[in-house]
Amino acid sequence: MALLEVDEVSKSFRGLRAVARASFDVERHTIAALIGPNGAGKTTLFNLIAGVYRPDGGQIRFGGQAIGGSPAHRVCAAGVARTFQLVKPFAELSVLDNVVVGALHSERTVAGARVRARAVLQRLGLASKEPMSASQLTLAERRRLEVARAVATRPSLLLLDEMMAGLRPGEIDELVEVLRSLQRDEGITILLTEHVMRAVMALADQIVVLHHGEVIARGAPASVVRDPAVLDSYLGEDALAGAEP
Amino acid sequence: MPAVSDLANAAVSGVLTGTVYGLMALGLSAIFGVIRLVNFAHGELMTVAMYTAVVAFQRLALDPFVTMLGAAVAFGALGYALQRGFIGRFIRRPEHAQMLLMIALAMIIGNALLLGFGPDARNVQTDYQLDSFAWGALLLDKVRVYAAGAAVLATALLAAFFRLTLTGKAIRACADNPLGARVAGLPVAHLYAVTFGLGAASVAVAGCAMVPLIDVTPGLGPGFTLLAFVIVILGGLGSMVGALLGGVIIGLSEALAGVLIAPSAKSMVSFGLLVVILLARPQGLMGAGRR
Amino acid sequence: MTLDTMTLDATTRAPGRRRALIAAVGVAAIALPFLVNNYVLSVVTLALYLAYVGQAWNVMMGFAGQLSLGHSLYVGLGAYASAGLFFHYGIGPWLGVWVAILLCAAVGAFMGVLAFRLRISGVQLSLLTVAFAELARIGFDHIGWLGGPGGLFLRVADRGRVDLLGFRGPPALYYYAALALTAGALGLCALLLRRRAGFYWRAIREDEVAAESLGINVFRWKMKAVILSAAMTAIAGVFFAFYYNSLFPEQIFSFGRSIEIVLGPVVGGVGTLFGPIVGAGALVLLGDGTTEVMNRLGFDVPGVKQVIHGVLLLVITIYLPNGVWPPLARALGFGPKRI
Repeated sequence: MALLEVDEVSKSFRGLRAVARASFDVERHTIAALIGPNGAGKTTLFNLIAGVYRPDGGQIRFGGQAIGGSPAHRVCAAGVARTFQLVKPFAELSVLDNVVVGALHSERTVAGARVRARAVLQRLGLASKEPMSASQLTLAERRRLEVARAVATRPSLLLLDEMMAGLRPGEIDELVEVLRSLQRDEGITILLTEHVMRAVMALADQIVVLHHGEVIARGAPASVVRDPAVLDSYLGEDALAGAEP
Repeated sequence: MPAVSDLANAAVSGVLTGTVYGLMALGLSAIFGVIRLVNFAHGELMTVAMYTAVVAFQRLALDPFVTMLGAAVAFGALGYALQRGFIGRFIRRPEHAQMLLMIALAMIIGNALLLGFGPDARNVQTDYQLDSFAWGALLLDKVRVYAAGAAVLATALLAAFFRLTLTGKAIRACADNPLGARVAGLPVAHLYAVTFGLGAASVAVAGCAMVPLIDVTPGLGPGFTLLAFVIVILGGLGSMVGALLGGVIIGLSEALAGVLIAPSAKSMVSFGLLVVILLARPQGLMGAGRR
Repeated sequence: MTLDTMTLDATTRAPGRRRALIAAVGVAAIALPFLVNNYVLSVVTLALYLAYVGQAWNVMMGFAGQLSLGHSLYVGLGAYASAGLFFHYGIGPWLGVWVAILLCAAVGAFMGVLAFRLRISGVQLSLLTVAFAELARIGFDHIGWLGGPGGLFLRVADRGRVDLLGFRGPPALYYYAALALTAGALGLCALLLRRRAGFYWRAIREDEVAAESLGINVFRWKMKAVILSAAMTAIAGVFFAFYYNSLFPEQIFSFGRSIEIVLGPVVGGVGTLFGPIVGAGALVLLGDGTTEVMNRLGFDVPGVKQVIHGVLLLVITIYLPNGVWPPLARALGFGPKRI
């Protein structure tokens, strides 16, 4: 049984079909990437899994348990954590306190949460920024803070929404390394949506391609990026050149 | 159970008074709907207008319905200046900051009136104060009919302005889509100021119309502000017809409650209606769908 | 509704200096009744009462982000509940306060459900709070059992004798009670801020959606803040009833009283620990102080206090939207460190 099973999930907004009978699975301890042109339904699918929206049809199962339609805080309790496309730090709180809020989900006391938060910040390379206000971080640092906050809740599945947008290549590689280590050392399963193919090819064990709300391809990266339908709708022939793993 | 004629008289008088409430609320609807300013000083503006009419009557022997015209112009100009010069800077602030700012202004204005005029009630007694029109079995106070007439006329003029003139349409565009309006090159600051001026002018007319109907004390402000908000929410934000309709409903229910239950229960009905509307249909009777 | 740039000085970076200051203030506070006359004591008691009730309001606003402009509802309900029980059944304030707390908590919960489940926020929420207070104001005028518009009067026995059980005695008794309440509220808020509640409330205030995604049940935590605020305010009502001994619906539920409650925290600093206290102090000092001076000079000026309050509110809202306390705290060396 896969950790995350998305089964014929559909969602419409006032007659506009955002997601149409999308199906895919994500196996434990793997990294899956959701790609597709803008408006393909990636973030909607994300929000469906994360509990922001309720699916109109189909089922979402996490560890065998149905989570489709559950509110966001219950989805988190089940073991799913997420980041946001437009980062949402708690601006007036310190970097440490931001992560403590996340850690309190899995720790009983504030002291314990602080210990966990420090460990996570250390792992994400933000230890030196602990006492700073979150509003003083750079964009790349805020992205990492968001990941740290989510990881602090001890999730089994981490949903990353376009983490790499707007980052320099060096920053992308750093973040890729961090995510790899999370998968490797903490066993976290990761599902990410991305436009930055450099990161996708470096990370993904499986790629799912979305177009007009439908899954048009899924499988190992090497085969997906050569799939004619995918090249046609999204990547284009040139992408092959820049995206060689 | 009071006699039918008493009820009918109360109802009609309530409807007439309600149109004046509606005009006052219209001013607030414009200010809140367009500029998105939570004008908690609206009632105080009304009270100042009423005192203006009182003073004009006592010093210059001007009938309130005459003062109305001058007051509208003066308040309109002052409103424009106030918005352009001062309030305009605070539109970007969070809602609660605006509320507090306007509450502060309200406190200052209201208590300045107290300091200036003292707590005793003033009123205006025109020559025709006690006359009434007979209409079938009903007896309508002349002052109330004139007040309603002025209110309805002013409302119609405002409606015509917003619907027919270029400036009016531009203002509605600003209300609909402030960013788009700016991008399209509309002079938003000027338009907001015009809106505030019109809102202030409406209040001026409403205030002068109200003066023959009730006694004037410095503490009337908060009551009017709350009433205006109730009417705006009841009638639906952004709807001029809604404001007038809301005003009439409130006026009617207040009058009937006063006769059927007790005079002191009048406001209770208004607030009860507010609670019901907020819970059942927050966009108001004529308002657009849920935001 | 997010509040921009609200600071919460839950921890301090100058522990030694703060302890010294607190100790000094504490000693002065305890010794006060022996140093000043009854009039000054009553003014300070009023300031403390306003500080306490402002702190209670601050919990709803600073933590749950709900601008209540009808908080006089809870003061009035608490006052009438305890006073009514005392007046008709002789039930003392120490028992009556529990009834008051339960009643206000229930009403607060009701309003919370309305606001949060029906997603009423912003102006509409504030107006809803005003509407409820106004309904109470007019409604209680019709409750003959509680005195109606003529008012409810509690008999004032011998003011010289200290009767703790009945909460009666000289002004010093009420002063110490107000002091205890304010200190208690301060301690409670400081404690909560250090614990899970403080973190979760601040997170909710900053960004509800992000908070929810981290497993926080936003609805439940907002309700906790609202209920706590209502319960704390209920106690203020009980104090009010047994201090002033006369209750009139027109006054105790009035919109003006609700604004009075809000002024302290806004001037001092919403969401901060010491803001409400500093704010209440400033308001009483400037307001009542000026009135006193003018009266001594021979001017009878009804309303000048409110004008001063209005001006102060105006100035603060424009120039110091976070209140007086944050910059003051920084000047004194306390407050969060900014790198």
